Amino acid sequence: MNKQIASYIENNSTEIISKWQELMKNEESERSFQVMPADLMDQTSREFSDLLVTNLLDNHEAYENRLADFAEKVVRLGWSITFVTKAITHYVEVVYHGMENAGIINEENVRAFVEEFSNWVTPIRDSTIDTYSKTWERTVSLQKIALQELSASLIPVFDKISVMPLVGTIDTERAKLIMENLLEGVVKHRAEVVLLDITGVPVVDTMVAHHIIQAADAVRLVGAKCMLVGIRPEIAQTIVTLGINLNEFTTTSTLQRGVEQALAWTNREIVEVEEQ
Amino acid sequence: MSNQSSVEILTEWDIVAARQLGRNVAKELGFGTVDQARITTAISELARNIYLYAGQGRIEIQRLTENGVKGILIIAADNGPGIPDIRKVMEDGFSTSGGLGAGLPGVKRLMDEFRIETILGEGTDIRATKWLR
Repeated sequence: MNKQIASYIENNSTEIISKWQELMKNEESERSFQVMPADLMDQTSREFSDLLVTNLLDNHEAYENRLADFAEKVVRLGWSITFVTKAITHYVEVVYHGMENAGIINEENVRAFVEEFSNWVTPIRDSTIDTYSKTWERTVSLQKIALQELSASLIPVFDKISVMPLVGTIDTERAKLIMENLLEGVVKHRAEVVLLDITGVPVVDTMVAHHIIQAADAVRLVGAKCMLVGIRPEIAQTIVTLGINLNEFTTTSTLQRGVEQALAWTNREIVEVEEQ
Repeated sequence: MSNQSSVEILTEWDIVAARQLGRNVAKELGFGTVDQARITTAISELARNIYLYAGQGRIEIQRLTENGVKGILIIAADNGPGIPDIRKVMEDGFSTSGGLGAGLPGVKRLMDEFRIETILGEGTDIRATKWLR
């Protein structure tokens, strides 16, 4: 029965594909298919069709490999998962109706064929969704790593003075990372003053403030001073309205003034050299 | 007349989504940067409360127009354990989680109107409004 379906598809592939393309074009929600160049669309459609046929004939392993390849391709093309599942459904519909019209499926064997179709399509759908979700999971975890690499490194700018620029949202995980890097860095660079720059932090709510205060306390414990710099005017107003107490902090509006203050604390200053 | 949209709060990242939504709406309504910061911070506090204490809930943002004045309404609703003593959580410095305890009183100060309804064991519904002046 499998072979019957496969040979029907092979003999009528051009017709099936054109009917299927017609159905897919009518899917209003999907633009990707409509704007795709014709030759690319033909190639992709043929590939899609081949893939579905392979599942009828090939052994499972060969199919899995091809499916993975295909799914990757589809992901790169930017097809949505809804679109792909629709594509599968439509394709099967076209084949089924075609076989019905050709008289291969008749009243006697219709039950068996329906079952056969379902056995054919269900694993395809399952593994497509599986491949999709795996690709997403991979992307998300890679982005997470990328974000971690971006976040929170302590940069020594002068002898005894280090800066940690904070960029982006601070969640519990990043707060922990900030604290670790801060303390490690202070010890490693023998910093006496650490400047926490929050210019790039979009929202300072009580939790973010709480994490900053804790980090500063910890820095004090390892024998350095912590300064909060880069406080934008609107952030300053929100901090005051929230009632967050930062009195124990030295704070400045810009990193530059913070560095000047830090130099003063370590008994140094930047002077202009007089020309001779 | 109101126009609403909402974000489900399930993970810490949904807090970011909620305040992004709030910031966009506030910007569209014409709030200045200071008020935008106030609104997003308020949303951040309310969303974090949902995440920390109720586990899951919803932040809803509505655009309001009343007597020709535009405003933004934040609704934070959850089916969590509720708040046993409202008077206490509205005091500065009270916290059950070791935080700063400035969350709810802070939100009240950040916004123009603030209303809280809570039923023990059934959930909490907080509504905070900011008018565009």
